[in-house]
Amino acid sequence: MSDNNNVNTRKRPPKKKSQMADVWRRFKRNITAMVGLFIIIILVLTAIFANVIAPPVFDDRLGDYMPSYMQQNLRNANAFPSGDNWFGTDNFGRDIFSRVVHGSRISLQVGFVVVSVSAIFGVILGAISGFYGGIADNVLMRIIDIMLAIPNILLAVAIAAALGAGLINVMIAVGIGAIPGFARIVRGSVLTLREQEFIEAARSIGANDYRLIGRHILPNCMAPIIIQATMGLAGAILSAAALAFIGLGVQPPAPEWGAMLNDGRRFMREFWPIVMFPGGAIAMVVLGFNMLGDGLRDALDPRLKK
Amino acid sequence: MHKYILKRLLMLIPVLIGVTFIIFTLSYITPGCPATMTLGETAPAEAIEALRQEWGLDDPFIIRFVRYVADAARLNLGETYATRRPVMEEILTRFPATLQLAVMGLFISVLLGIPLGVISATKQYSLFDNLATIFGLIFVSIPNFWLGMMLVVFFSVNLGWLPPSGFETPAQWILPAFTLGTGQMAVVMRMSRSSMLEVIRQDYIRTARAKGQKESVVVWNHALRNALIPVVTAVGLTFGFLLGGAVLTETIFSINGIGRFMVQSINSRDNPVINGGVLFLALSFSVVNLGVDILYAYLDPRIKSQYK
Repeated sequence: MSDNNNVNTRKRPPKKKSQMADVWRRFKRNITAMVGLFIIIILVLTAIFANVIAPPVFDDRLGDYMPSYMQQNLRNANAFPSGDNWFGTDNFGRDIFSRVVHGSRISLQVGFVVVSVSAIFGVILGAISGFYGGIADNVLMRIIDIMLAIPNILLAVAIAAALGAGLINVMIAVGIGAIPGFARIVRGSVLTLREQEFIEAARSIGANDYRLIGRHILPNCMAPIIIQATMGLAGAILSAAALAFIGLGVQPPAPEWGAMLNDGRRFMREFWPIVMFPGGAIAMVVLGFNMLGDGLRDALDPRLKK
Repeated sequence: MHKYILKRLLMLIPVLIGVTFIIFTLSYITPGCPATMTLGETAPAEAIEALRQEWGLDDPFIIRFVRYVADAARLNLGETYATRRPVMEEILTRFPATLQLAVMGLFISVLLGIPLGVISATKQYSLFDNLATIFGLIFVSIPNFWLGMMLVVFFSVNLGWLPPSGFETPAQWILPAFTLGTGQMAVVMRMSRSSMLEVIRQDYIRTARAKGQKESVVVWNHALRNALIPVVTAVGLTFGFLLGGAVLTETIFSINGIGRFMVQSINSRDNPVINGGVLFLALSFSVVNLGVDILYAYLDPRIKSQYK
């Protein structure tokens, strides 16, 4: 089988060799998408190198090193931005810049876990629904209708309130609401694909359902799934921050951006940096993923480009 | 038309029961005993046991669920832990503020979003279109709870133009309505733009132009009417976002609506309020969507004929 593939690719003219190259060519020309990609790369690097950008500091009272985002200094509380504290300090005198930098880890983690898990569930449900139709389809789609009847953030609030606060529970609360989006998109694509001749051909040479779905149908749905995942990252990060903001998400003193906004809200009238920077970080990240998703839509699906 | 409305109303019932099921299941799995939460940890064990009996907390899941649905159908969502007053009563006194806020947000998103989207589409790839697209993306991405705070810092604290909280006078309406409306305005704008772009390429638009109609009549009368059809659906969904977003906006501006009530109940772990609030808002959203669907059939006779 693999030998066969090699022969085929060698025979093809080089221009047709890679679909990815074509996508990348369209993607590169899209300024919005490139700016989005740039923002996301900066974010990922920030999260990876958080301990280099905002390294642990030596604490005299503790006599040891501690995370810079945890070190309090009440004599320097609510200080405006300066050379020492680029974003100022919060009401405990903690460096806001360090907290924002380390907060990127939490947000990215929530975003990626939520999207990967909800994508897996959504794709499986959507594929079953679209491929088999009938009762399975009917039941699954009615369940999804019911889930969509509850506005997403409210569903997350209800789930998080039942499960209690904490990182894992936030992921569950946000993730459940993200499943219907994937399921619907995959179902729609599968419905059109399953009627096509190459599926008929694959079936006639003896491919079973697993192989039809896994090898032939799903690879052809990748474009909408990738777009949904990128936009979903933006939505998940936003919802998780909103939950933390109303006290249902990741709890202080963790440097979660939404939790920082919730803590800082009492001081915002006298001291704006305490809400300016964490919220700005959320907006930048969400904007980055939205721009990337927008560009991917144009690059991956030329039919949509007008 | 009556038949269509009736059919849509009947289709609403399983959705409502399903939503109630989700909310009930969530309250069922919530740790902690409601009777203890109501009477307090120090209450005598006999009193707690008596209340457990009265509420039937030891009954099986399915019986409790049926009771919950029957109660909800009679507009009874239980009692709050804090005051032991009916949740429904507490919600209804706060509903006008939430509704007013959501409707104002809707006005901003529709009255600004549709014209901006139409202009963008008619001047595709112009400077205006590009700017509108970029600002649209930015507005969709800004968390509305952060936008609200920054508006307060700028317009209330620095400039002193508008009050930072409350929701009684028109001056107090402006900031919350903008906070809630801008994100959805961008959504409506993008939707109107793409829908308009599709319509404007149709043959009948070319015919209208060929007849010598003024461009403004072609765009705002002929094209917009058809382009609005998908936008109306988007507006229905927008209303759901607005009801959800009201939870955050009310908190920031200290507006006495359902959302703020729910958020205050989070701290006291008053789950009947949270579940009741979510259920109530989800039901309002379903009713609005039903209205939108009926309006939709009215706008587009092709939809109605599917249900004959």
